[in-house]
Amino acid sequence: MATSLDKGPARADVLQSLTGLLLVLFIWGHMFFESSILLGKDAMYWVSKMFEGEPVFGKPYPLLVSGVGVIIFTLIAVHAILAMRKFPGSYRQYQQFNSHMSDMRHPDTTLWYVQVVTGFAMFFLASAHLVVVILQPDNIGPYASSDRIWSGHFWILYALLLVSVHLHAGIGAYRLAMKWAPIPAASSKVTRRRFKLAMWCIIAFFLCLGTASLVTYMKIGKQHAPHAGERYIPTHKQAIQESE
Amino acid sequence: MNQIPVHQAGRTLRIQVLRHNPRDPASVPQLQTFELEEADSMTLFIALNEIRERQDPSLQFDFVCRAGICGSCGMIINGRPGLACRTLTRDLPDNIVLAPLPAFELIGDLSVNTGKWMRGMSERLETWVHTQGLEQLDVDAIEEAMEPALAEQIYELERCIECGCCVAACGTARMREDFVGAVGLNQITRFRLDPRDERTDAEFYELVGDESGVFGCMTLLGCEDMCPKDLPLATQIAFLRRRMAAAV
Ligand code: HEM
Ligand code: SF4
Ligand code: SF4
Ligand code: FES
Repeated sequence: MATSLDKGPARADVLQSLTGLLLVLFIWGHMFFESSILLGKDAMYWVSKMFEGEPVFGKPYPLLVSGVGVIIFTLIAVHAILAMRKFPGSYRQYQQFNSHMSDMRHPDTTLWYVQVVTGFAMFFLASAHLVVVILQPDNIGPYASSDRIWSGHFWILYALLLVSVHLHAGIGAYRLAMKWAPIPAASSKVTRRRFKLAMWCIIAFFLCLGTASLVTYMKIGKQHAPHAGERYIPTHKQAIQESE
Repeated sequence: MNQIPVHQAGRTLRIQVLRHNPRDPASVPQLQTFELEEADSMTLFIALNEIRERQDPSLQFDFVCRAGICGSCGMIINGRPGLACRTLTRDLPDNIVLAPLPAFELIGDLSVNTGKWMRGMSERLETWVHTQGLEQLDVDAIEEAMEPALAEQIYELERCIECGCCVAACGTARMREDFVGAVGLNQITRFRLDPRDERTDAEFYELVGDESGVFGCMTLLGCEDMCPKDLPLATQIAFLRRRMAAAV
């Protein structure tokens, strides 16, 4: 009996949720590293060198960054292909869902639509960001990133990506909890309200953190614009250079 | 919810009903407006009956128990599904728009054939106790006792009145006609709990382990929020999803 079961649907649902979970954890972690710029250029420089493996191998290997980029890209591709099965399959279905959503005025139904729209947007936005990371892994640093953001106008891409990814990830984490978590029926209403509140707090927190970082990169990029392309030299090496 | 005081007497309700008779080739769906003086503790059941008695005897809608038990009066009330007999007009604004439940076959005006849909669902999901040797069952013998806590749990899920509100409230069901809905998924969890039902998880998987079953549900939770009997649908569906994912 058990051998004849079609395992596909169960596996697809688990894999969709699992890739979603890994991506959520990744993006939340990513925010803290990215916002190291708030602590200064040296902090961000150190983080970027750490990801290139310098503290371990003695010298930087930017290919490590490309490797992580490829893994994230793969996760996104698997997740997006699985999730796209849930997109409205035809214009008629899309209309059905749209009229249903506007009639119902039901928050969780509307949140799903937000996920579809932001997911679709990230298809392009996240891919563009990742292609740059994978192809130019050595081009990440306090000045390199700021120049790209300001002189290269990447801030437009990042602003859109920031909003999309945090709405999508926050709502996704809430949905994951409601989809799988063993919540006792007796307290499910309270638990759901708390999850929902946590979702909004997390989204707000990361949007603030991300905006503050992006503005900081933009400011640095603007100041550095006349020298765009020059790399940052960390304070301890500056001191060595000056003494030479 | 609107909090309109009970004794705001003299409110005139404008009730708009989406009317259509699918058996009449000349009929086109259209909104017809009725005006009605609101009475104390008036439900939509009372309002619709008054309209039918005094204004338009051809208006079609379903009622049996008028107490939230039979499940026949489900309709779309200002965009959301609910039971007409349990909806007080004082909780609604002056303007009320009524439409038949979508996803079900329209009989006429506000009357839909939920029974046919529910029967189809029930036959497809085999929502009855499956057990061996029923022919030899001694009906005079006292049945084996069930743990009170378990009986209570099953009873909680058994309270479903098959009104169809969860199906009308579900974005998935609106996009996929073959989706069994929260009502179907809830019934599977009910029989899975029942110790008299000998089916294994693998057998349940055959019934709901696909996109028209539990893996089609996108956790929009319209069902949970609109069920007039307040069934714990979200936790039941999550439970079934975990069991079915573990069954393979
Ligand atoms: C870029 C392409 C992406 C697309 C097209 C996409 C699309 C979707 C869609 C349509 C859903 C709803 C699926 C459903 O209701 O079953 C969803 C769910 C989800 N997404 Fe994405 N998404 C993308 C990227 C991401 C990223 C980058 C993250 C993490 C930061 C993420 C995290 C999640 C999570 C946690 C869920 C809930 C998982 C579930 O319901 O099983 N997604 N995605
Ligand atoms: S689960 Fe609730 S909404 Fe659905 S049919 Fe049963 S009683 Fe109605
Ligand atoms: S949780 Fe959502 S998708 Fe699942 S059955 Fe309920 S309303 Fe439908
Ligand atoms: S008339 Fe029976 S539930 Fe409303």
